[in-house]
Amino acid sequence: MEKLKFAFYWAASCGGCEIAVLDINEKILDVTKQADIVFWPVAMDVKYKDVEAMPDKSIDVCFFNGSVRNSENEKMAKLLRKKSKILVAFGSCAHEGCIPGLANLHDRQEVFRKVYMDCPSVKNESHAVPAPSVKVKEGELHLPEFYDTVKTLGQTVEVDYVLPGCPPPVDLIVKAVEAIATNKLPPKGSVLAPNKSVCDECPRKREKKRISKVYRVYEKPPEPELCLLEQGILCMGPATRAGCGAQCLKVDMPCTGCGGSCPGEMEQGAAMMSALASILGVDEEKQEGYDPQKLISQVKDPVGTFYRYSLPASILRRRVKKE
Amino acid sequence: MTEAKTEFEPKIVAFLCNWCAYAGADLAGVSRIQYPPTVRIIRVMCSGRVDPVFILEAFKDGADGVLVAGCHLPSDCHYLTGNFKAQRRVLLLKEVLKQFGIEPERLRLEWVSASEGDRFATVIKDMTNEIKKLGPNSLRTEGGN
Repeated sequence: MEKLKFAFYWAASCGGCEIAVLDINEKILDVTKQADIVFWPVAMDVKYKDVEAMPDKSIDVCFFNGSVRNSENEKMAKLLRKKSKILVAFGSCAHEGCIPGLANLHDRQEVFRKVYMDCPSVKNESHAVPAPSVKVKEGELHLPEFYDTVKTLGQTVEVDYVLPGCPPPVDLIVKAVEAIATNKLPPKGSVLAPNKSVCDECPRKREKKRISKVYRVYEKPPEPELCLLEQGILCMGPATRAGCGAQCLKVDMPCTGCGGSCPGEMEQGAAMMSALASILGVDEEKQEGYDPQKLISQVKDPVGTFYRYSLPASILRRRVKKE
Repeated sequence: MTEAKTEFEPKIVAFLCNWCAYAGADLAGVSRIQYPPTVRIIRVMCSGRVDPVFILEAFKDGADGVLVAGCHLPSDCHYLTGNFKAQRRVLLLKEVLKQFGIEPERLRLEWVSASEGDRFATVIKDMTNEIKKLGPNSLRTEGGN
């Protein structure tokens, strides 16, 4: 049998997804038995023009991590879509925008000002910021254009499958590769993770489902076996898709939501807001001195909490732009 | 035809609970109390049923304001505590809207009982005036990307 052709690409991402591919350890040998890797910028010297020269649909599966934040990301997303039979949004950035997507609370100008001028460790007396093209005496130089808005891969090109997580858990990657090799992939558009929430995989005990106070992680050592949300520590578990085996919960850290929205849920942020509002202050609501505004004010940076991994994929997608 | 400059008429989406606020709006109607035609009413069983998704979708689709109205606190809710949940949900969503650059005043929570037709009319008048001052929802005028 002819070997499959795989490609890996990173757009706006941290590189963690690339490490996750290597984290499958010796199973990578099984992968290379079944497939040739034809493009992988982090590990191989293949130029963009080599990809352009490949026939259309000649790559069997392309694993694309990272969100789309500049014109290079967009160009490669479109190119790899054209060259690949199956395009997998690999990891939270490609899936829902992830941490780079939080830049959607700002715009290009604000990001440039912060990064290239106001940042305390930066000395930039000429106030130089990246521009798409610049003339020097040797000629004109080009850089990719930096966009105002971070987009997900699915908002840029058609995506066939999604592997959620920041980065995707090894177990899910192995299962996905096996499904590809044995031709047992689910219908197109599927998320290659279980159809349940992190709470379903979490070993902690849930008892009363009502809280009176919200704690930030550093404010309180958690009880070892009790649900963190019931202890007042904000945990995104109820609004986050499973597949990770509740790894964070097993080491006393709350879920921050990297698995993305639960099946059938329109957006993760709204789902968590709804869940939290349902349990916060239930015991106090009919008592004297009940102050809902005070309760809600305990949630610091609500967008950064509820939309940490999913701002570009949310209903509003970004902060409203005003002229 | 002359080009007439029309005044900005806000579009308000109102989620009214079946037991109190919707009945209140109905009473305003049968009592022929006048109020501005800016409101599009959606009846829900309880204000606690209003998912933040409904409100966000309304804003995305260009609503200039969203009203959530239910039974009076603390004890009028047909389902006992749905109104408390709605209140916390709206307060939380207002904080989120601020971060998204949408004026939190565009989202309003009110308690209207089945006998308060006049109050329903007052709420709509008030809200319409306030939103006229704010102008159109920027997502409507600029797309917001």
